[in-house]
Amino acid sequence: MMRADDYRVVKQELAGLQVNVTSYKIGDSYHCHIDNIDPGATIARTEGLTREEAELAALARALERLKARHGNR
Amino acid sequence: MQSYSNPEVLVSTEWVDLHRSDPNVVIAEVDVDTSAYSEGHIPGAVGWNWQTQLCDVVRRDIISQSDLERLMSNSGIGNTTTLILYGDNNNWFAAWAFWQLKMYSHKDVRIMNGGRKRWLAEGREVTRELPARTKSGYKVLKYDQMFRAFRRQVEDEMKSPQTALVDVRSGDEYSGTLLAPPGLPETCQRGGHIPGAKNIPWGLACNEDGTFKSPQELEAIYAGKGVTSDKSVIAYCRIGERSSHTWFVLKYLLGYPNVRNYDGSWTEWGNLVGAPVERGA
Repeated sequence: MMRADDYRVVKQELAGLQVNVTSYKIGDSYHCHIDNIDPGATIARTEGLTREEAELAALARALERLKARHGNR
Repeated sequence: MQSYSNPEVLVSTEWVDLHRSDPNVVIAEVDVDTSAYSEGHIPGAVGWNWQTQLCDVVRRDIISQSDLERLMSNSGIGNTTTLILYGDNNNWFAAWAFWQLKMYSHKDVRIMNGGRKRWLAEGREVTRELPARTKSGYKVLKYDQMFRAFRRQVEDEMKSPQTALVDVRSGDEYSGTLLAPPGLPETCQRGGHIPGAKNIPWGLACNEDGTFKSPQELEAIYAGKGVTSDKSVIAYCRIGERSSHTWFVLKYLLGYPNVRNYDGSWTEWGNLVGAPVERGA
């Protein structure tokens, strides 16, 4: 039976925003997704062989997307 | 303890685990992030893509009657099926699907409280296998847009003291500091909000584990901002999905009689030439 093992949510700041870093293992892979707490949109979703690998890839992708954000002009 | 006004529209993860093999129950996962389903989903659940399957892909509109009938039939859903919706981001797009299905008069549609987040966090079974479902001959019995607000209606009603406009986006989107949630594409020319709208971010309705707050807590949140059941309430966000979540809360959990979702939302209003806009908190 497959299920999400080692489910973990960590709050941290990324590019000045509060984000949730959620990670867990399904089957042989670790999955990670990052969402901004307000309003709660998923910014990045990645997969890796270890939690660290999945989280690092997600953080890098999220940072890239957040740097590209624009404010009101 | 006070219960929700329509408790039958909400089921727990435990309930879904117990009933997921029932022949008259179909589960559908609808995620904001459409790749989440393939990571692993509830065994037997079909996956619906909101970008291609729950809207008109040519003009901007909700799913057409014929496309909905096809989607439901292909998913093995009959007119009397109990349909359970769940998804990521505390059920954003599960609520979007629920809203459309209620306009198309599907009788028994429910949302799994806590959504995908809670199911995974509780370590319940998931699979990557796609379900094989027998096609049904689904027919929409009635279509009624009573739960939907269009731009013209918002323009007509925005100044009425009997109308409560609820902007469910984040504080920064409401104030005009941001045009879209961080990390998502910009899709409007101007930032701010519809004049008179109260800012009550959708996420205030949820607990940390993704479940809905208690009726007492919900009532305090909305009534505290003047959004009461005696008013005609119109909720909006950026593209209408977060506001369908708030619509669900007000209409079904709190039982407000007159609630509509303005799905044109800020991507329509914030692009209109000459539309009145307010900025600031």
